[in-house]
Amino acid sequence: MPQSITEVQDEIIEEFALLDGDPEMTNFYIMELGQKLPALDESQKVDENTVKGCQSKVWLIPAMEDSRMHFEADSNSAITKGLVSLLVRVFQDQTPSEIVDADLYFIDKIGMNRFIGTQRSNGFAAMIKQMKLFALVSKEQQAVTKSEEK
Amino acid sequence: MNTENAVAAATQFDIDQIRQDFPILHQEVNCRPLIYLDNAATTQKPQSVIDALTHYYEKDNANIHRGIHTLAERATAAFEETRQAIHRFINSNEPEEIVFTKGTTDGINLVASTFGRMNVQEGDEIIISAMEHHSNIVPWQMLCEEKGALLKVIPVNDRGEIILEEYKKLLSDKTKLVSIVYVSNSLGTINPVEEIIDLAHEHGASVLIDGAQSTAYLDINVQALNCDFYVFSGHKIFGPTGVGVLYGKRRHLEKMPPYQGGGEMIKSVSFEKTTYNDIPYKFEAGTPNIADVVALKAAIEYINQLGKSAMQAHEESLLTYAHERLADVPGIRFIGTAERKMNVVSFVFDDIFHFDIGQMLDARGIAVRTGHHCTEPLMNRFGLEGTIRASFAIYNTKEEIDQLVEGLNRIVTMMRR
Repeated sequence: MPQSITEVQDEIIEEFALLDGDPEMTNFYIMELGQKLPALDESQKVDENTVKGCQSKVWLIPAMEDSRMHFEADSNSAITKGLVSLLVRVFQDQTPSEIVDADLYFIDKIGMNRFIGTQRSNGFAAMIKQMKLFALVSKEQQAVTKSEEK
Repeated sequence: MNTENAVAAATQFDIDQIRQDFPILHQEVNCRPLIYLDNAATTQKPQSVIDALTHYYEKDNANIHRGIHTLAERATAAFEETRQAIHRFINSNEPEEIVFTKGTTDGINLVASTFGRMNVQEGDEIIISAMEHHSNIVPWQMLCEEKGALLKVIPVNDRGEIILEEYKKLLSDKTKLVSIVYVSNSLGTINPVEEIIDLAHEHGASVLIDGAQSTAYLDINVQALNCDFYVFSGHKIFGPTGVGVLYGKRRHLEKMPPYQGGGEMIKSVSFEKTTYNDIPYKFEAGTPNIADVVALKAAIEYINQLGKSAMQAHEESLLTYAHERLADVPGIRFIGTAERKMNVVSFVFDDIFHFDIGQMLDARGIAVRTGHHCTEPLMNRFGLEGTIRASFAIYNTKEEIDQLVEGLNRIVTMMRR
């Protein structure tokens, strides 16, 4: 069993608390997190994988494995990649239902809007929306499959 | 300016005093002293401008023109004094050639909607350059679409300079209007507007100069330039936001139809017929932005008091210093290296997204602009999505540029680890 969405969020909150709200260190940390996310192949960086509503380019590819969602993501901006990596980390290997219902309280707790600004906050919201949308579609598909099985 | 004057001007320039005049500079952003290098977007306001605004609302506020009472008289006088000050500031032939607008964009739209609609017909051509701000592209596109006219674009070279030879090829008797930026907001290029204007006139075309970036520092003499229209914004010359100026030659303004209908712009109204007011009031429908117009005069006075030659000398020394120092930042690539440029250093790092640099600089209290700077076609010309732009003003210092360089060095080192 993977960690729950709550457990991952609490872990992130603890990590960010160590940065003491220093904007520069926080940005560097976010970028470090992004570096850990494997890069997408250039062939995957196409329009249909793009998250709309971000200043920088963000590519997001969802997949389903054993009824759990798996995300890959990349960006042409190091900070944005760090931001999307946080979401990937929270949602990775969770069920579609859990993702759809998730309350992402870690965003406020780490004071993200304070250090990423309005434009990036909007982009970040677009990423969340996109991931939840993928989860919603998967949830519907699961429901259809289940009813067909019956 | 010759060297002797430049030295004299520079020594007269008391940077500490100037910084004292701008209260906003004295604050911390992200726990560091604010370094404001986004002056091409908007400049900060000296205390005298802020005081003029406050004074107006505390003492003089009334609707202007037509009022018989004392406050209306005072407000009207203050409003018209700004018109006089601008008339002298850009040396128009007469104050009636000064129309108050919301800003540069508003001025261009006014000319497109009135002069443009009247003079541009099907098959006619309008010429702009590849370095125009969106506000000097879109109004002409809209006009061309409406009229079935053609928009022609003068290309720029790799240094970010207008290619005059190409301009000459575009000019013909079909050209009705040439609309060109004096100083590029993205690159800082100073365009040879005198030559551009003369060439256009040889073909019977009128010329609008977008003076958004040029007006604070360059000596503007619209009669000597012989441009037909000159537009600029108050907020880029240390004045308030929401107020701008359209200069137009009287013979044009008189022929042009009104832009908007309403109060102020009429002589008399009946349901059968309305007669329009004289210029400039014909173009100032409704209660104008009185307070900001009044305070704009304080900004003009501030510039006059410092003297443009001293301001230019300071700006030049900052720009030279910035280019020298920034050149040492590993991987930096300057965009816009025109022979004649001012105020702006635009650059990219090919391996780092511009937005990230902007955010990281902000974390160090340094305000720059990142992105396309409302000049998407120009960015496309250079194969870029955007640049990082540092733009300077009279209150900036070499120490601040050192901070910028130090910040960039640290950021690129950390990001390339």
